[in-house]
Amino acid sequence: MRDSLSYVVSRNTALSNAAVWAGVVAAIIVVAVPWLPYVGTFGFMRWAVEVMCYLVLAQMWNLMAGYGGLMSVGMQAFVGVGGYSVIIFAQHLGVHPFLAIPIAGAMAALAAAITAPLVFRMRGGYFAIGTWVLAEVFRIAFSNVSLLGGGSGQSLTVMSRIDRNTREVAIYLIAATTLIVASAVINLLLRSRFGLGLTALRDSEAAAESQGVDVRMLKFQVYTLASFGAGLVGAIYYTSILRLSPSAAFDPNWVVASIFIVVIGGIGTVEGPIVGTVIFFSLRWALADYGTWYWLVMGTVAVITIMFAPAGVWGFARARWDLQLLPLQRRLTLKSAADASAPKPSQFVSPSNLES
Amino acid sequence: MIDVADTIIHGVLLGGLYALFAIGLSITYGVMRVVNIAHGDFMVLAAYLALWPVTHLDMNPFVAIVPIVLLMFCLGYTVQRVVLNRTMGTNFLAPMLATFGMSIILRNGLQQTYHSDSRSFQIGALGTESLHLTDTIAIGKFPLIVFCVSVILVFLTSLLFSHTKIGMALRATSDDPETAGLMGIKAKRTYGVALGLSFALLAVGGIFAGIRTTFTPESGPASLLYAFEAVVIGGMGSLWGTFAGAVILGVAQGAGAQFGAGFGVLAGHLVFLAVLAFKPTGLFERTP
Repeated sequence: MRDSLSYVVSRNTALSNAAVWAGVVAAIIVVAVPWLPYVGTFGFMRWAVEVMCYLVLAQMWNLMAGYGGLMSVGMQAFVGVGGYSVIIFAQHLGVHPFLAIPIAGAMAALAAAITAPLVFRMRGGYFAIGTWVLAEVFRIAFSNVSLLGGGSGQSLTVMSRIDRNTREVAIYLIAATTLIVASAVINLLLRSRFGLGLTALRDSEAAAESQGVDVRMLKFQVYTLASFGAGLVGAIYYTSILRLSPSAAFDPNWVVASIFIVVIGGIGTVEGPIVGTVIFFSLRWALADYGTWYWLVMGTVAVITIMFAPAGVWGFARARWDLQLLPLQRRLTLKSAADASAPKPSQFVSPSNLES
Repeated sequence: MIDVADTIIHGVLLGGLYALFAIGLSITYGVMRVVNIAHGDFMVLAAYLALWPVTHLDMNPFVAIVPIVLLMFCLGYTVQRVVLNRTMGTNFLAPMLATFGMSIILRNGLQQTYHSDSRSFQIGALGTESLHLTDTIAIGKFPLIVFCVSVILVFLTSLLFSHTKIGMALRATSDDPETAGLMGIKAKRTYGVALGLSFALLAVGGIFAGIRTTFTPESGPASLLYAFEAVVIGGMGSLWGTFAGAVILGVAQGAGAQFGAGFGVLAGHLVFLAVLAFKPTGLFERTP
C-alpha cells in the first residue's frame, strides 16, 4: 500500500442527496393529492391508482429479474390471488375491505411460498415459462369455483356500503402508501446484505454460492416478497375498479406491461421502472385511439431497446452522464497527494464487484 | 374399457401433433439455452402465411406446407442473425426478453391484419374419414397422418443431429460455443440454423393445427405452453424424449377432457407439475 494513494468510498453524491429529498417531496405531494385543487378528482385519482399499481408491479418484477436474475412470466398469478383474496375476505368472510387488502398481499405471498418448491425446480428460461403455467393453473382453478362467480367473475358489491368519497380517497391513499413503502423498502433492501447477495446471484449463481450466499433462500425470499407486492397490486386495483373475472385477474398483460416498463426504463436499476412507467403511460395516452397499435409500438420499442440499449433508457442516460439518483453504488474516489486538487473521474464500483 | 382405449389412442395421436410443436423448442433450448417465448406466435404466423396460397391459389394445405416451411426456415435464420444474436451473451435474460417482445408484436400485428375471427384449413372428406379398427374404436385418418409425419420428422431430425456436419456443429455449439469456435464453427451462424430448423418444424405443426381445429391471433401462448410442457416432461437432450413427453401430454389432456370442457388443458398442466415435483429432470432425460 502506497501512502501517497488514499481513497474515499462514498455512496452519496450531490445529485443523489438532492434526489432523495426530491423523492421525499414527491411522496408528500402524492399523499396530498386528494386535498389538492384540480387533481383531487375521482377521475384523476382512479387513473393515478392504475399508474401506481403498474409501477409497483414493475418494481417487483425488476426486483426479481433485474436483481435476482429470476425472469417470471407468471406474476399475474399473484395479482389474481390478491384480487380474489379481497373478494373472499371482504365479500364472503365479512372482513373490512381495506383490511382485506394487506391480507390479500399475505395470501399471495403464501401462495408463492407454497408453490416455490415446485417452480424453483426449474432454472433460467424454464422458470420463466413454468411460472406462466402456474398462473394458468390458478386461472383455471378460480374459474371453476362457483362461489366466486366461476368463469364470469364477481363484482365487489360489498364496497357499496362505503360512501363514494371515503372509498375513492381511501383506495388512492392505500395505493400511494403501497408505492412509497415499496420504493423505500426496495431501496433499503438493495443497500443491505440482501441486495448485495441478490446482485451477486444475478451475475453468477455459482460464484454467489461460493461466496457464501444462500442462493436457495435468497431466491425464495425475493420470490415471496415480489409476490406479496403483486398481491397488493391485485387487491388495490380490483378494489378500485370493483369487478374481477378470472381472465382479467390472471391476464398475462399484467406481466407484459411490467416487462415492457422495466425493459424500456432500465432493467436492474431502481429508477428504471419509474422512467419506464412514464414512457408506458405516455405512449398509451398518445396511441389511445389506435387499439392494438399501442402494443405493437410498445413491443417494437422494447425489442429495439434490448438490441441497442440493453440497460434501458435510464441505464443509457446513467452511463452517458454518470447519473445516480438513488445511492446504491459505491464509488471509489482516488486522491493522490500530488494532484489532489485536480478533478479525478470517479470510478464506478458496482456492488457485485465490491465483494471480490 | 373401450372408452379408455379410445381416449388413449386419441391422446397419443394428439401427442403426435404436440411433438411437432415441441421439437423446435427443444432444439433451440438445447443449442442456445434460450426458450423462445414467441414460439407459439410464430406457429400462428406460419398458419396465417399458409392461408394466402390456400385461399388465393387454391393450393391444397398439405402442399402449402412445403413453401411455408422453406419461408419459415429463412425467417428463423434471419430473426436469429438480425435480432437475437445481438442479444446473446452470458445471460439468458436479454434474448428471452427479445423473444417476449416479438411475441407481443406478432400477436398484435396478426390481430391488426387478420382481426380475431377464427380461421381453419379445409381438406375435404379426409378431415372426417376414419379407419375402423373394431366396431367401436375408430382412428381418424388425418390425426394418423399427423402422427406419422411427426414420427418421420423426429426421426429425420435426430438423423440430422447424429449424421450430418451441420448436426455436429449444432451439438458442438450446444456443448461449448467457444471451443466449437476454435474448431472453425461459427456460433452465430449455427444459432441461425438452429432457429431456422425450429421454425421449419413449427411451421408444419402450425399448419396441421390449423387443419385439425381453428386458429386465431391469440392461439400462440397455449401452443407455446403445450410445447414447453412436452419438452420438460420428456427431459433435456433427447428428441425422442420430447416426442414421448408430447404423447404423455396428449393422453393427459384427452383423459382430462372426459371430465368436462376445460379440464383437458388443466390435466395437462397438472401432469407437467407432477413430473416437475417427482422427476424434475424429465422422464427420458439423456445424460450427455
